[in-house]
Amino acid sequence: MSWMAWTLPTAVFFAVIATILVSMTVWEIRSPCIERKGLLPIATTRGDRLFIGLLSSAFFHLYIVGFTTINIWVALVLSIIWLISVMRWG
Amino acid sequence: MSRRKNVGIWAYSVFVLLPVYWLINMSFKSNEEILGTFSMWPQQFTWANYQVIFTDPSWYNGYFNSIYYVVLNSIITLLVALPAAYAFSRYKFVGDKHLFFWLLTNRMAPPAVFLLPFFQLYSSVGLFDTHIAVALAHCLFSVPLAVWILEGFMSSVPREIDETAFIDGYSFPRFFIRIFLPLISSGIGVTVFFSFMFSWVELLLARTLTSVEAKPIAAIMTRTIGASGVDWGVLAAAGVLTIIPGILVIYFVRNHVAKGFALGRV
Amino acid sequence: MNKTQNNKAWFLVLPVFLLVAFSAIIPLMTVVNYSVQDIFDQNNAYFVGVEWYREVLQDPRLQDSLLRQFMYSGSVLAIEIPLGIAVALMMPTRGAMASLTLIVLAIPLLIPWNVVGTIWQIFARADIGLLGYVINGMGIDYNYANNAVDAWLTVVLMDVWHWTSLIALLCYSGLRAIPDAYYQAARIDRASNWAIFKYIQLPKLKGVLIIGILLRFMDSFMIYTEPFVLTGGGPGNSTTFLSQTLTKMAIGQFDIGPAAAFSMIYFLIVLLVSWLFFTTISQLDKDKTKEISHES
Repeated sequence: MSWMAWTLPTAVFFAVIATILVSMTVWEIRSPCIERKGLLPIATTRGDRLFIGLLSSAFFHLYIVGFTTINIWVALVLSIIWLISVMRWG
Repeated sequence: MSRRKNVGIWAYSVFVLLPVYWLINMSFKSNEEILGTFSMWPQQFTWANYQVIFTDPSWYNGYFNSIYYVVLNSIITLLVALPAAYAFSRYKFVGDKHLFFWLLTNRMAPPAVFLLPFFQLYSSVGLFDTHIAVALAHCLFSVPLAVWILEGFMSSVPREIDETAFIDGYSFPRFFIRIFLPLISSGIGVTVFFSFMFSWVELLLARTLTSVEAKPIAAIMTRTIGASGVDWGVLAAAGVLTIIPGILVIYFVRNHVAKGFALGRV
Repeated sequence: MNKTQNNKAWFLVLPVFLLVAFSAIIPLMTVVNYSVQDIFDQNNAYFVGVEWYREVLQDPRLQDSLLRQFMYSGSVLAIEIPLGIAVALMMPTRGAMASLTLIVLAIPLLIPWNVVGTIWQIFARADIGLLGYVINGMGIDYNYANNAVDAWLTVVLMDVWHWTSLIALLCYSGLRAIPDAYYQAARIDRASNWAIFKYIQLPKLKGVLIIGILLRFMDSFMIYTEPFVLTGGGPGNSTTFLSQTLTKMAIGQFDIGPAAAFSMIYFLIVLLVSWLFFTTISQLDKDKTKEISHES
């Protein structure tokens, strides 16, 4: 596995993603989700909203890193807030 | 109107065939003739370029290598994609839509992104420079595509057929092989066609994952470019030979393919 | 069709999942790992955080190649989609001629991509190629090897030759799915050809066209082999597209970290576009089922 060149931050990153996916699955089995229309222009399920939130956060990070001098931790905190609001109201 | 249509389709066919004709033309010329005189057909017709390929094992083994991993890829693809497509077409399950989307993104992912990790992954499991490595790597594109195509065909088979068979006492494997597969045979034809096609035309991954033993013909062709310039004649002959398997395959599945396209799943 | 809820269906999907995960997830994780490190060799790698991302995003070479890529994908789509529809409309519908045109059109799709490059190299060269010879014979100075505009045009023409057939075949089968009754009704109404196209044929083609556009966009977005063989990315950098820039970085210069960061950005763009298309398609499907349930 040494060729994969693991580092602590990336390991934490993937562990978090995996945990989110597993808990979403468990949640889905416990109480299946119904598609609904929130603030987003299309009807979405829980999983769709998670994907939208994560993908937009990724692009937001790229923007912060590439074109501003704002600290990346600020971007992370903002993204988490964004992700939660998309999940809740999206 | 119909005459105008005919002229149009003829013009387009000429546009498609002309470059191919030029390749064939070149493959029957000697290098002196290619570089020396310009003519629409060979003045001194020669088989010498083909002779080079058919008498040199390092050339013709390239064809065998390519065909070997392409066939392997088609078989693996079909074996894993059939049950999965059945599941997608008949059942709802947790995460089905997202899994389907994830599979399709792999069809879209650029191979250049994965080049280096692929090389290391297959080296670390000891598969580097084997046919199976190329076949497995090509599964990344062919399996999602196959699931997509087959799902379309299976969805058009009514569920009642499944249910009747189970009531009649068929076990699942027996039902699947004896009743279900014949119903979607044209779907299988189309799937084989596309996994063959995408595996046959791909070079970047095939070249990265092989060095000697399993080197595809497409990679061997690069060696016609030597210190003394390009060996155009042999290059053209090798190119002509790579077109033939494709034409054979399209001939056999031509009627199925129209149907497959009709489902809008390619 | 009503599907039954059954989580055991996962067992049928499992082989596909494992197989694709092996080839997709492990390499993807590796790329992420590389993208945050400065790698000299197996044992000498230093964590650099998001430094490579910053560098790559601000690198003018990459911005240029991204721009070129979008221009290229845009121009091939703008040519191939209308041309493909036109060819599909002209194709004979029955008889031996129909199969023959089908086979002829499919030929370019089945040629290995490097051979496509070779064919066009031989066909377009000014000294030995038919196309180059004829164009120069007409008094136009044409040489794709040292003129950037010529190189660009040749690469686009090659892509049109290579892939218009795919759009044409998709549309052809879409057209075959239109029942004859529609055309008869149109004839009774004395509809013009243009009206038939606009109100009967084009709406029916919407589904296949979206898929065609998606496939052509993605495949042209990752194009590598054909321009590499034909022009080698030159003259200068005029035909160097994303994949080639990336391969050059990773294997040519062995800048693994920046190449990996670049890969991730590339991958995110692909993910975004796939998702947009996928959502559009499923939205269309939904509208269709709604229509049907209204009718019944």
